[in-house]
Amino acid sequence: MSGKVIHALYTDDDLLMQAVKQTRKANYHINDVFTPFPVHGLDKALGLAPTRLAICAFLYGITGLTVATLMMNFIMIEDWPQDIGGKPSFSYIQNMPAFVPIMFELTVFFAAHLMVITFYMRSKIWPFKVAENPDVRTTDDHFLVEIDAANHDVDSLTKFLYDTGASEIKLIE
Amino acid sequence: MIVGALGLVYGFLTTPSNVEELKEMMASEEHHGDSETHAMNSEEDHHEAISEHEVVNEEHGAAAVSHEANAHESASHDDAHYEHVLHQYQTKPWSATFVNAFFFFMIALGALVFYAIQYAASAGWSPVLFRVIEGITAYLLPGSIIVFLIVVFAGTHFYPWQNEELVAHDPILQAKSGYLNFPFFLIRGIIYIIGWNLYRHFSRKNSLAQETALDLAPYKRNFKLAVFFLMFFIVTESTMAWDWFMSMTPHWYSTLFAWYIFATMFVSAITVIALVTIMLKKLNLVPFINDSHLHDLAKFMFAFSVFWTYLWFSQFMLIWYANIPEEVTYFIIRIQEYNLLFFGMLVLNFVFPILILINSDYKRIPWFVIMAGVLLLAGHYIDVFLLVMPSTVGPYWFFGITEIGGLLFFLGLFILVVGAGLGKVALRPKGNPFIVESENYHY
Repeated sequence: MSGKVIHALYTDDDLLMQAVKQTRKANYHINDVFTPFPVHGLDKALGLAPTRLAICAFLYGITGLTVATLMMNFIMIEDWPQDIGGKPSFSYIQNMPAFVPIMFELTVFFAAHLMVITFYMRSKIWPFKVAENPDVRTTDDHFLVEIDAANHDVDSLTKFLYDTGASEIKLIE
Repeated sequence: MIVGALGLVYGFLTTPSNVEELKEMMASEEHHGDSETHAMNSEEDHHEAISEHEVVNEEHGAAAVSHEANAHESASHDDAHYEHVLHQYQTKPWSATFVNAFFFFMIALGALVFYAIQYAASAGWSPVLFRVIEGITAYLLPGSIIVFLIVVFAGTHFYPWQNEELVAHDPILQAKSGYLNFPFFLIRGIIYIIGWNLYRHFSRKNSLAQETALDLAPYKRNFKLAVFFLMFFIVTESTMAWDWFMSMTPHWYSTLFAWYIFATMFVSAITVIALVTIMLKKLNLVPFINDSHLHDLAKFMFAFSVFWTYLWFSQFMLIWYANIPEEVTYFIIRIQEYNLLFFGMLVLNFVFPILILINSDYKRIPWFVIMAGVLLLAGHYIDVFLLVMPSTVGPYWFFGITEIGGLLFFLGLFILVVGAGLGKVALRPKGNPFIVESENYHY
C-alpha cells in the first residue's frame, strides 16, 4: 500500500449504494466504507464474504454442552454418587432430566459469550482502542468511501467519483 | 381413502364382543398368551399381574374398583380382569379413529390460528400465503364435526367419568363431576366447534370480499375478528384439551397440558402449510411465493419444534422430579409400554428439526424442508397417538390394520377437502393492503 487513497463523502445512503455499485463496476478498488448506521445490502454491493460467526457459535454451543455433560457426569455420578432425595444417581441417563437445565444454560452461555469474544477479536475492538475514524462526520450523517488511488490517474478517478454524486472528494497522501 | 375406510370397518368388526372371544384371541397371540398363562398360574402370580395392571391403568378405575371389591374371590377376579382387558380391546378401533381424526383436524385448526395471528399482527410477509392457509382450513368443518361426534359417542371407551357406576364409588370423580358431566361436556364441545367454524367462515368471507371491495372495510373487519377469535381460541383450546384428552385420565391433571397440545397443533399446522406451499410451487401455481417465504415458514417450524420440546420437557421434568404417585402414573405407562415411541418422538420432534433446520441456507431448499416436515409430522402423529392410546387401550396397543386404515382414511379425506378448498378461488389474494409488500418480501 503506497498510502495514496481518495476519500469520497456522500450524504445519502441510496446515493452511497449507487456509488459503490458503480465504483466496483468501473474496477476501482474500495478499501473501506464508513457509515453512521448499517446500510441494508451494503455488504452484498461490496461483495463481502458472508460471516461465519454463526458456525462458530454452533461449535461453541456444542462445546458448552460437552462441558456441562462431562462436569455433571463426573461430579454427580462418578466422583460421589450420593442419594440425594431419592434421585437415581446410578448412571447419567437415569438422572438426566435434572441436568438438562444446566446443560441448556451452559450451551447458551458458551455459544453467546465465545461468539461475542470472537466478534471482538475478529473486528479488533477492545477498551482503550484508538478510534480509526477518518472523518468525525461519518458517525453522524455522512457516508465515506475510501478508494485505493495508487495505480490510477487521480484526476479521472476524481471526475468519476464526482459523477457518482460525491459531495466531497479528498486525496490523502 | 376407500382402503382406509375398509381398514376402519375391519377394525370395528374384529374387536371381541365378549369375554369368550377375547380369551380365544389372546390365546392365539403368543405375546398375550404368555400373560394369560402367567395370570392363570397361581393365586400369587395373579395378584402380581393384577396389581401391576392397576398401577399402569389407574385411569381405568372401573376395573380397578371391581378388582378391589372382589380381591378375595379368585373366580370373579378373573372375570373382572378379562372384562377390563376386553374393554380396552373394544376401545382400540375408537382410539385409532380418534387419533387420526384429531391429528388432521388439529392441523386445520392450527392453520386457522396461524392465519388469525398473521391478521392480528398485520404481518407483511405472509399475505401471499392466505389462500393456501384458507384452503387448508377448509378441512376444519368436516374435521371438527367428525372429532366432535367421536368424543360424544365414545362414552366410556374414552372417558371413565361417564361411567356412573364408577363415579358412585370414586370420591375424586364425584368432586370433579361439576365440570366432568355429560350435558356440560356436550355443550362445551358444541361451543368450541361453532366458535371455530364461525371464525373460519367469516374470515374467509371477508377475505374474499376484500378482492372486489373499494375500501379496506372487509380487511378491518377481519382484523377485529382475528383478535377476538384468538382470545376465544386460547380459552376454548385449554378447555378442549382438558375435555377431550385430559379427562381420559380423570385422576390425573397437569397445568400446562393445554399449551402442550397447542404446541403440537401449531407446529404440525405450520409444517403442513409449508409442505402444501412447496407442492403448489412445484406445480407452478404460486409463482409469487419465493424462497424467503419458505425460509420464514421453516423458521416457524424450527422455532415451534423447540417450543413444543420446551413444553414437553417442562411437563415431563416437573412430574419426574417430584415423582408424586398420582401424577407420575401418566408417564409410567408411557415409558413402560410405549418406550420406543415415547422417546423416539423426541428425536423426531426435536433432534432432527434442530439439526436440519438450523442452517439458514437449508431452510430455503424445498427438499430439505419437505424432509424435516415429514419427520415432524410423523413425530407429532406419534405425539397424538401417545396422548390417546395409553389412556384408552393401555398396554394393548398395536399399530395394525385399524390404525393404518384410519390414517389412510383421514389422510384421503384431508387431501380431498383441502384440494377442493384450494381449487375454489385464485391463489393470489387481491386487494389485501399488504400483498405488494408480501410479494416483494425478501429476507
